[in-house]
Amino acid sequence: MQDAKSFKEYKTQVREALGDDFLRTAMDNFAIAYRASRANAFKEIDDKALIKDIAEAKACSTANMDELYAQFKEEAEKNGAVVHLAADAQEANEIIARIAKDENCTKIVKSKSMTAEETLLNHHLEAENLEVVETDLGEWIIQLRHEGPSHMVMPAIHLSRHQVSDTFTDATGKKQDADIQKLVKVARRELRQKFTEADMGVSGCNFAIAETGTIGIVTNEGNARLVTTLPRVHVALMGLDKLTPKLHDALRVLRALPRNATGQAITSYVTWITGSNECAVAEDDRKKVHFVFLDNGRRALAKDPVFAQVLQCVRCGACANVCPVYRMVGGHKMGHIYIGAIGLILTYFFHGTDKAKNLVQNCINCGACKEICAGGIDLPGLIKEIHARIQDEEGHPLSSALLGKMMKNRKLFHKFLRIAKYAQKPVAGNDGFLRHLPMIFAPDHDFRSLPVVAEVPFRDMWAKVKPAKTANPKYKVAIFSGCVQDFVYPEQSVATVESMRGKGVELEYPMDQSCCGLPLQMMGEKVAGRDVAIQNMEAFENSDCEYILTMCASCASHLKHNYPKMLGHDPKYAIRVQEFADKVIDYSSFMNDVVGIYEADFRQTKGDKVTYHAPCHLCRGLDVKAAPRELMVKAGLEYIECAEEEVCCGFGGTYSVKFPKISEQLLSKKMHNVEETRAEVLLTDCPGCVMQLRGGANKNGLDIEVKHVAELIAERRK
Amino acid sequence: MTVKSENVKLFTEKAELVSAVVSEVSSLAEAYQYTIDLCGKKEACKLLVSGCEEALSDKADALCETKFGKTIAAPALNKKQFSALEKQCVENGFQLLKDGLRKHLGGIDIGFTFADHGIAETGTIVLNSRSEELRIATMISEVHVAVLPKSKIVADSYALESYMEECMRSCDYTAFITGPSRTADIERVLAIGVHGPLELHILLLEDK
Repeated sequence: MQDAKSFKEYKTQVREALGDDFLRTAMDNFAIAYRASRANAFKEIDDKALIKDIAEAKACSTANMDELYAQFKEEAEKNGAVVHLAADAQEANEIIARIAKDENCTKIVKSKSMTAEETLLNHHLEAENLEVVETDLGEWIIQLRHEGPSHMVMPAIHLSRHQVSDTFTDATGKKQDADIQKLVKVARRELRQKFTEADMGVSGCNFAIAETGTIGIVTNEGNARLVTTLPRVHVALMGLDKLTPKLHDALRVLRALPRNATGQAITSYVTWITGSNECAVAEDDRKKVHFVFLDNGRRALAKDPVFAQVLQCVRCGACANVCPVYRMVGGHKMGHIYIGAIGLILTYFFHGTDKAKNLVQNCINCGACKEICAGGIDLPGLIKEIHARIQDEEGHPLSSALLGKMMKNRKLFHKFLRIAKYAQKPVAGNDGFLRHLPMIFAPDHDFRSLPVVAEVPFRDMWAKVKPAKTANPKYKVAIFSGCVQDFVYPEQSVATVESMRGKGVELEYPMDQSCCGLPLQMMGEKVAGRDVAIQNMEAFENSDCEYILTMCASCASHLKHNYPKMLGHDPKYAIRVQEFADKVIDYSSFMNDVVGIYEADFRQTKGDKVTYHAPCHLCRGLDVKAAPRELMVKAGLEYIECAEEEVCCGFGGTYSVKFPKISEQLLSKKMHNVEETRAEVLLTDCPGCVMQLRGGANKNGLDIEVKHVAELIAERRK
Repeated sequence: MTVKSENVKLFTEKAELVSAVVSEVSSLAEAYQYTIDLCGKKEACKLLVSGCEEALSDKADALCETKFGKTIAAPALNKKQFSALEKQCVENGFQLLKDGLRKHLGGIDIGFTFADHGIAETGTIVLNSRSEELRIATMISEVHVAVLPKSKIVADSYALESYMEECMRSCDYTAFITGPSRTADIERVLAIGVHGPLELHILLLEDK
């Protein structure tokens, strides 16, 4: 459970987690194994189409939440169940405690429920002198250890067999082995005994089917079947977001949920319960059944135009499985109660600003979660949205507010960058790196070398490097260079121009362009980010270009996808911003798919051994996967695939400034994988990634050149 | 209903992938014989309930003492079927139970059931468990033996929608069971039989 009082304390906790070797190894193994088993599970299914269907159906359920609840209640009560609606966590806990009292229950067995974690149900019941035993193995372990879950599906993933063995030794009063199979058997017997005594069972619920008042529960261990069978009273606790009109909706989610969660086609047990079933130890042989629905902000959320999609979550936990930050720090640092990307969001809505304000800053915005979310939720987008909201509620930190002020004014911002060129003089080395970092950066930032600001920015070179006008250009292109290529690596932009020689490309460079605004979004400076977007859009409106070419993957995906999100709802800009966004294209796609470049365009000498880093905002942000790899091969380069090629390098723009220790670890993993390929050159499609990777290679003395794809294409052109 | 051989093939493949044991039987008598043989072979030298060999708390250990001899529960059999199986059980010295399973929560050896449907896509058996005895039999047994008529195997869960919706019109408890009970909660290492059966045997019955 993450509950640091300050950002500083949170960073200290993150650093401690990074030092936990068991956690790191466990998480690494999991991240790699998960990717393969998920791919295997979806082999015969079109996952994108399935996710789209789920998202649409869940959105529809969200919009009809109140009607579905009324229908569920009516149908379930026809069959003898009692249905309750709790406004908040406290009320839900009180309802359940009252049921226990009214039914004279004292011993409760419980199967897994994230909603019960959300309400801290066990604490409440224990305070009412009721005995509660978790029967899901992972939940029982963390209950015995008085911890919160560190994963939504595998709550004890952070613990080793030795820790479990110690915990079971305490619980049984007998010395336990650290053999996993034996520990599982101990749990089987210990919990079976609890089942025989229990008079009340509490379960969660994955689906609440309104048409028949049926609940569906998804488990592997089968404990939910015992919880809902043996005791004479059954209480199921569920969020209102579990409501769904028909069985078909539930079966549809069931196709994705286990596949996404653990790479299983289906879990061992799926239990469908309607009404009050046979129970030999209950009055009249009928079980007392209570369904408790929890609102806790869900009904308000359902009406929120931006955040309603949060309720499309099916609690598969996959957003944590693929998150590079979760992999580094584990669930206790990546969520308060709910874990992973969705956890950062739900924490804000269910547990408040205080619990969420540090957490929401710990998203590197790599988009890995969004790509696999079974509910089709724009997780990174919403995390940034919450960050901005919290800053609006609590006041903007000085650094972020200043950044916003400066970047809104292009001339001021560029003046700052030009001054930086002189300011860095005392620390600038001859190798293009700063010899040491200015004092404002803590030693934490020393894990990579940082580049010097270029002598002449690209915008000042433009007049010289600009190609002569062709009579009948095939493609009219305007370059959006982005700040890094403009002021740090202008040679990448120059290479871009050279690489298109003789291909009928007419190029122009609108001088009023400024930073794309992504750093502002990352810092939660929404208003400034919007202002910058308008400036950039207007800078390109005077041009009659067909393409806006961007060599920075992050700028490209921000311009293409976030601009319409920021401005599209404003009638003044809606059409204009869509026209602008439609023109945006990344370097590799433009060269490979539009211009069409062939083996014959390149020198015939043998090219270098190269490997590739796929920028997050290219492979996921723009869904460009084949183009850069095809380009490298066409150029005669010997391309060697790198392990975990599409995993984030740890740059994340301002993220690496906020969380240098995590950035460092991501970079070190990347460097290790790159080194394994034994390539001579590492190519990528984003100057931000170049900055991170080149800095890492330099600091670690790696004998590898790091370049933008355009640079090698230009070099290899005939 | 007709048997679709591609469904039977896929069902078998998918069920075996999740550690179910799938066999074919041509009659109920053969299914009984399979069950008797299985019970006879089961842990020949050890009559303990799974887990009872471990160091348990005194209370959990006491529950282990409640099981004597080998036990089969078959709550779904009709009178005639029950006496046929009972005859064989008596010959082998096994106890056959039809009800009162709450007295055996410490564990039984085999739960014998008839599956209502099979889902080929995932190798799942569908068991309508309105009967509490049936639910208990399939959860406290160490081995679950389910007879599944081949004609009851459908391609995917969507094909069972109308059947299930009919069930759900009144009080109902339907289970999808896919392989034995499993967990990976400790270090993500797969362990079979955490709460329910350690083995699931599916006997595909040739329909007449």
